Amino acid sequence: MRLLTHNMLSCNIKGVTNGFPLRLEVEKFVEKEVDFSAEFLRNIFPKIEWKALVDAARSMGYAELPDEADSSMLDSDDFLKKFHHALLELHLEEGALICPETGRRFPVNKGIPNMLLHEDEV
Amino acid sequence: MSSRPELQAPPEIFYDDAEARKYTSSSRIIEIQSKLSERALELLALPDDGVPRLLLDIGCGSGLSGETLSENGHRWIGLDISQSMLNIALEREVEGDLMLSDMGQGLGFRPGVIDGAISISAVQWLCNADKSSHNPRLRLKAFFGSLYRCLARGARAVLQVYPENLAQRELILGFAMRAGFAGGVVVDYPHSSKSRKEYLVLTCGPPSLSTALPSGKGEDGETCSDDDSGDEDNQTVCISDRHRPRKKLKTTKKVKGREWVIKKKEQMRRKGNMVPPDTKYTARKRKARF
Repeated sequence: MRLLTHNMLSCNIKGVTNGFPLRLEVEKFVEKEVDFSAEFLRNIFPKIEWKALVDAARSMGYAELPDEADSSMLDSDDFLKKFHHALLELHLEEGALICPETGRRFPVNKGIPNMLLHEDEV
Repeated sequence: MSSRPELQAPPEIFYDDAEARKYTSSSRIIEIQSKLSERALELLALPDDGVPRLLLDIGCGSGLSGETLSENGHRWIGLDISQSMLNIALEREVEGDLMLSDMGQGLGFRPGVIDGAISISAVQWLCNADKSSHNPRLRLKAFFGSLYRCLARGARAVLQVYPENLAQRELILGFAMRAGFAGGVVVDYPHSSKSRKEYLVLTCGPPSLSTALPSGKGEDGETCSDDDSGDEDNQTVCISDRHRPRKKLKTTKKVKGREWVIKKKEQMRRKGNMVPPDTKYTARKRKARF
């Protein structure tokens, strides 16, 4: 699972008002090279919750991202490279996602998060 | 036995390891799936500026439809309820991100982040109640409600469906409209029983010019050019199997009436057999409680 997906996911349990960001529990992560596309990054940037991305990247040991970011930084190639790496190339392989409100654990196996809810959570 | 997969088992059970493997190793299914997803992507009508978008593939299965999205340069997140299908997708090293998730429980995405959604042959599964806790109406409502929330304003969702009958189509479309979507059904090749395909084209946000429904292919009798020569059965994902065979009308056995009974009794009497006398009860049906 990429951090892009993590940044979009929120907890879906009934009654949870603030299910974002899901906390990452990292057991194993991998880096896979992905084609670089500056347009995609510029397009997706306004939708990214920056703080969540920075925290998630740090929990995988990638601390290159600046604490704050705004759209003017998108002109810098250096920034785009880091953004690209954090967003698309870091994959959570084994671990879990944890709901910030209820503490519910969604396990991640082979890079696939299991977001199925129990019947009483729907 | 019915051969619509929806009627056989819940999706996470129907698409087990064997079925998932079969599904993805059939070149026929691969071809149809990629055709369907190409058409879905066309109907999605993303702005033609070459910018890769973030799309959702609902019911991505083994990632056949996602491959089309990747080929067109888009990033995608796929979700499916069948672990076996997702395992095959992993094996095939698809480019999108995968997620094990039940669309009937709602999609857990932040509001307004997705640029478009496609779904190939998946949404009709929502009309089934596979567990006692399932209510198709609530599940459809949760699905369309959450889909509407996670799509960006003006984004589209194209859902290719195989509704079982008219009522099911109405049900699905009704819930989509209630969630706030504008749009309707586009039918490709409406005159062909085999190549007929239905797409729900839904637009998020207030109705505008861009929400005008595109027209289906082959509506004016134009046939699907390259497909006609081939074997008709090869056109679709088991469309012939997806129609439930008509229930046979109960053949009412000819009930033999009172006259016939009296005639027979008379014959027996003439033969000298012991026969009960004819009364008003002769040849009457027994009461149900008997």
